[in-house]
Amino acid sequence: MSLAARHLEENGIPTVVFGCARDIVERCGVPRFVFSDFPLGNPTGKPYDLDMQRAVLSLGLDLLVEATAPGTTVVTPYEWSADPSWKDKVLTKEQPFLDPESTKKWLERKEKYRALKATGKI
Amino acid sequence: MNRETASHVRYIDKTREYYQAEGYGKPYEWAHFDDIPFTPFASVGKPLSGCRVGVVTTSEMARRGVEAGPEDPRRLVYALATDIPADELYSRKAAYDRYATTLDDVDSYLPLTHLHRFAAEGRIGAVAPRFQMIQSEYSQRKTLTVDAPEILKQMREDRVDVAVLTAV
Repeated sequence: MSLAARHLEENGIPTVVFGCARDIVERCGVPRFVFSDFPLGNPTGKPYDLDMQRAVLSLGLDLLVEATAPGTTVVTPYEWSADPSWKDKVLTKEQPFLDPESTKKWLERKEKYRALKATGKI
Repeated sequence: MNRETASHVRYIDKTREYYQAEGYGKPYEWAHFDDIPFTPFASVGKPLSGCRVGVVTTSEMARRGVEAGPEDPRRLVYALATDIPADELYSRKAAYDRYATTLDDVDSYLPLTHLHRFAAEGRIGAVAPRFQMIQSEYSQRKTLTVDAPEILKQMREDRVDVAVLTAV
């Protein structure tokens, strides 16, 4: 996603990225970034909170226009929960990132991709 | 309060630790560049109220009631119309924090409803006729040489002025 933003920007299209993984996006480096300190999944506001969603999008549109330098991050002023314990549970044995079925699909897809690559089609 | 709850989650560190504990080998090398490209908004040559806004997302959207078909192992960029009502769309993405949240509300990660409202109110000129799905790929080469150029091509066809990208 960050790489796509960079490519558009290199080709004359100003971009703004919305995301929740600040370290990953900032390590890559994107022109404009709206960061929500939320669990992965809701980069444009909490589910069913229309006012927040509109405000987050609005921050991004302002950033598109107003940023004067690349690598500008705006942090949304919202807290996911008064209880921050969700952060400690991310990517732990107790909470595997993918469920077993998705992990199986992921591994199968990798195999198919490798096979396709071996044929020279991709 | 420990280091993690005091600030944002360190996904790079956590991913490395998690997959090493699972027995995977070499840790993933996340993309990193010293330089960041920049196109000043002024170069677009018109106000935001005259701009056509493109949308890209990693949220693997599909339309309800439409047979999704078998998954393409090449995982190419695909597009859907932006005028599909949000409640007719759903995400097939499995990689998100399913313990802490849901992807049930499309506008919490793909803000089509709000973009259409901003267009109706004159804040932006218009929403591009289609939005693009890009897969989160292990291969940065594939993203750079296949996916990103395809998105650029489609956005040029659609005369997109500025782009909103949402990473789920």
